[in-house]
Amino acid sequence: MSVLHIVNKSPYERNSFDTCLRLAKADSAILLIEDGIYAVQKNSATSSKMEQALGNHPVYALQPDLQARGVNPDNMIDGISLVDYDGFVKLTTEYDRLQSWL
Amino acid sequence: MKFAILVNEGPYTHQASDSAYNFTAAVLRAGHEIVRVFFYHDGVYNGTRLSVPPQDDRNVSDRWAALAQQHEVELILCVAAAQRRGLLDDDEAKRAGKDSSNMAEGFQISGLGQLIDAGIQADRLIVFGD
Amino acid sequence: MASKKFLYINRRAPHGSIYAHESLEVVLIGAAFEQAVTLAFIDDGVYQLMQNQDTGGIGVKNFAPTFRALGDYDVNQIYVEQESLELRGLSKDDLIPLTYEDEDDDWAEKDSIHVVSSAELADIIEQQDVILNF
Repeated sequence: MSVLHIVNKSPYERNSFDTCLRLAKADSAILLIEDGIYAVQKNSATSSKMEQALGNHPVYALQPDLQARGVNPDNMIDGISLVDYDGFVKLTTEYDRLQSWL
Repeated sequence: MKFAILVNEGPYTHQASDSAYNFTAAVLRAGHEIVRVFFYHDGVYNGTRLSVPPQDDRNVSDRWAALAQQHEVELILCVAAAQRRGLLDDDEAKRAGKDSSNMAEGFQISGLGQLIDAGIQADRLIVFGD
Repeated sequence: MASKKFLYINRRAPHGSIYAHESLEVVLIGAAFEQAVTLAFIDDGVYQLMQNQDTGGIGVKNFAPTFRALGDYDVNQIYVEQESLELRGLSKDDLIPLTYEDEDDDWAEKDSIHVVSSAELADIIEQQDVILNF
């Protein structure tokens, strides 16, 4: 009975990433899409929050959304996995329910 | 696996409809089934027949309709949200005494019950919004 | 098909956008489908339940009174996140007192709203089958 939490907003624009972290149980997974991918950035104000999250959750980011925004995967915090849309679909089959933190 | 997709935003202004489209295409590629795609809030604007985007950009409504036709996917606009926002098919336009309709081919107008039903029928329901 | 557990998550304030109003419309339609319905109010969503909303001066429909009908539709599992309330300087006393009549307890009138911790709400989320966000 595990949840895939999907966050689509930048952690600087909205509190959705924070709310997700507050309400995601350990071992549920987090997928960053759309503007949500900005949370992957090393050495940013949200890096330590993300590093802590990685201790409790597998974290994924949608690669086409990084690429669209010019975010270099080399600047991603270690431990975040990139997926494409096919990988996105696969994740949704591996987790039982889907929660979109808009 | 059966998927239900909820799209809460209109074309262009937010990425939601594009993300939903790309996800839906990937679901079909993987051989899964789409119960339906339900458009709510401003999502109903995806069903406009009158969009004229620049030539070098995607036509959001058209590509939803094309995907739907190719894979027999139901695209449902919520009737209440559509009425509010002036997205009408011929029947709704006639009923409301409006001088024209503007819904694109490939979309249908129906009630919120179709969203609940999709949640019941599907193995996974995913929401794309702002 | 066995009934599913539907959770409606509300995170936006009322009136500044239509999400709160239109999501309530989904809840009311959904209530007729004999599935288990739970509502969660988180972040600015807690503002939707504030008492004394009067939209006369801004000329938009006041849908807040409709919350009082939820009990009649068997929607009585309403969770409000404590942290969201406290951050906003609110308490349960600021919220519309929503109640329902428990048919399993001689129709006793009970509170529909439960203020819960983040941890409790995280558990509630994990127990659902279908989660809707607006």
